[in-house]
Amino acid sequence: MRTKQSARRVLGAGLATLALTAGAAACSTNTATSSSGASSSGTYTVWDPYPQFDNSSAWVQLLDKCGSAAGVSIKRTAFDTTDLTSKELLAAQQGVSPDVLIVDNPVVSTLASAGVLTTTSQTHVDTSAVEPNLLAAGQISGSTYGIPIGANTLALYYNKNLLSAAGVNPSSITNWATLNAALAKVKATGKKGITFSAIGTEEGSFQFEPWFWGAGANLTDLSSAQAVAALNLWTTWVKDGYAPNSVLNDTQTTSWEEFAAGSTAFSENGTWQLANAAKAGFPYGIINIPAENGGSAPAPTGGEFVTVPVQSNTARYATSEKLVTCLTSAANAVSTDTTLSYVGATTAVQTQQASATPALQPWISAVQAAKGRTSDNLGVKYPKISQQLWTAVQSALSGSSSPQSALSTAQSAAQSAIG
Amino acid sequence: MKDTAPTLSGLVRDEAGTATAVPAPGRVQRRARTAADSARSRNRRSAQFAAWAFLAPLTVYLLAFYAYPLYRNLDLSLRNYTVFSFVHGGAPFTGLANYTAVIHDPAFATALINTLLFTLVSLLFQFVIGMALAVFFAQHFPLSPTLRALFLVPWLLPLIVSASTWSWMLDSESGVVNYGLHFVGIGPVDWLTSPSWSLASVIIANIWIGIPFNLVLLYSGIQAIPTSLNEAAALDGAGSWTKFRKITFPLLRPVSAITLMLGMVYTLKVFDIIWIMTKGGPVNSSTTFATWSYRLGFGNLLPEFGPGAAVGNLLVIMALIAGLIYIRVQRRQAA
Repeated sequence: MRTKQSARRVLGAGLATLALTAGAAACSTNTATSSSGASSSGTYTVWDPYPQFDNSSAWVQLLDKCGSAAGVSIKRTAFDTTDLTSKELLAAQQGVSPDVLIVDNPVVSTLASAGVLTTTSQTHVDTSAVEPNLLAAGQISGSTYGIPIGANTLALYYNKNLLSAAGVNPSSITNWATLNAALAKVKATGKKGITFSAIGTEEGSFQFEPWFWGAGANLTDLSSAQAVAALNLWTTWVKDGYAPNSVLNDTQTTSWEEFAAGSTAFSENGTWQLANAAKAGFPYGIINIPAENGGSAPAPTGGEFVTVPVQSNTARYATSEKLVTCLTSAANAVSTDTTLSYVGATTAVQTQQASATPALQPWISAVQAAKGRTSDNLGVKYPKISQQLWTAVQSALSGSSSPQSALSTAQSAAQSAIG
Repeated sequence: MKDTAPTLSGLVRDEAGTATAVPAPGRVQRRARTAADSARSRNRRSAQFAAWAFLAPLTVYLLAFYAYPLYRNLDLSLRNYTVFSFVHGGAPFTGLANYTAVIHDPAFATALINTLLFTLVSLLFQFVIGMALAVFFAQHFPLSPTLRALFLVPWLLPLIVSASTWSWMLDSESGVVNYGLHFVGIGPVDWLTSPSWSLASVIIANIWIGIPFNLVLLYSGIQAIPTSLNEAAALDGAGSWTKFRKITFPLLRPVSAITLMLGMVYTLKVFDIIWIMTKGGPVNSSTTFATWSYRLGFGNLLPEFGPGAAVGNLLVIMALIAGLIYIRVQRRQAA
């Protein structure tokens, strides 16, 4: 009896403690909520998509430096870039948005349409130095919702050994016909021609767009003859064995790994692979992605925007503006863009980078020719179009339908999705 | 702690009260009885209070972590949420519009068929192979425990590890499976990138992962079958197949039912393996309700919360139907 009673007492105590802790937890969430919001003015929160940087990294040190210059302390949280959109939407719903949010550029229009972001005119962030083609990704109906921290884009890396073995002169590749001829020569030597990523996510659309735009197609008409020509190009590559079938499942990272293994001549990839290219163990070069009839194709811009989410206490914007300006100032941007392996968003930064690393020159010209995915006032229509675009790419490359019919389906689906 | 104290002392008082009430005659007795009555009702009330106090943490927990999320998901699926109304509220109530949109989506039929195929084929193979292995391991032989432990490996591995490994092995160009097939003289199969194979590939991976679960449950079920039954059957001249058919299988029926039921619920909601291996593609060829719901809600730059929640709810309903079938089967067995 006694043991039973004491057992019961222990159980009761346990349950009571549980209830108490639950209550306490509920209370503590509330206090945490208000502190990260408006009440504690000395701490400013920053969210970024750079989980690869820890507290000892140059990036976090720069954040702290900018914080102390503005007289506040910084509480930084890093998220995986794919998580950041939903995290921010939830935070905004709960009224606990960070003071400064660094977010992938095609997401800016989504967050802006959710009413989550302030415009640069509200926060007095100066965007005049930024290249207009880069800023366009953050502009919707005449308002600007952030400032790019830097930019990246796509170009073709090539393996010098394989090209010289196949007798291909990279400078001869100026349009699709010469690129196809080069791929055929590489294939004749028993090597793979090219890797890219045609995966069924935004990454697949990002990689397809240089060819899509290079053919002269426009995102508002996915089934145009130019669009079909671009998809035909990719489909033929896979069908003729110039590109491995695994591109359908490859991310940009896995397609890079195939190139780095040394038996593929070309890889469509981004600035961020430069450090890895140096480690690849074979000499490499870079050419811009050719347009169908010669010249450089416009590649989509990648890279993040520094934004200021809406706060209930608008007095915080003044300090947030100082932080944003500090992070994107020429001197700081050079070092940030170097660590991220990005190209600067302003002419000043680009000139400094070009003189420090001449190898960046092809990237700088690629960024200058690049085009924002959400530009042309597509804004939140872009995600819906992009989803249909990558679906069409997947369906043509896997052989489930012809490029023409895949794109026609995509166009009608995109039309009805946009409404 | 404070809540329980009065109950315990109350019980003691109650015992004392009835004890004094028994020998006392007349008015004293009546008075004692009314006193005892009021004490009893007071005690009953405090006992009830204590019961509720004990129940409260669990109720609060269930409400906060089960009922509320389900309610929110239902609410999401019945309103037309845009990113703006998700943040600022005021999404208009649209009834079943999200469900109609989802059902009329060209991906719906594919996703439904894939979900059913994925679940049923996975279950069938997992159960049959798991049963065969369980029977095999029930006969004690050297190394049996070691081998049995090895069979648990798929279960112990984090899903991201096993799914990534499977997707390497099934790679069209450099995968070990195609390499092996090449030796047997079979040309390369585009396991993950061909619309006709992608679903089969994720099913194969899922079967491999699910076998240990079936093995463990069925093996423990077999252990519970008295050996005397098998011995008696053997004396009567039953072979091993007859023993399995007439003794093991019928006696395992309750364990089999719960194994299949749990397997069904686990398989219906499988997401990681498919997402890591094929992202539900190419196009929708390996999309199930679980991956479709995720794609709608999170897999796009512009989240579509309403349709995503609607697909999620359809999945919940499917699991619920499976649960009801199980309860029905169990009742019939009990009767």
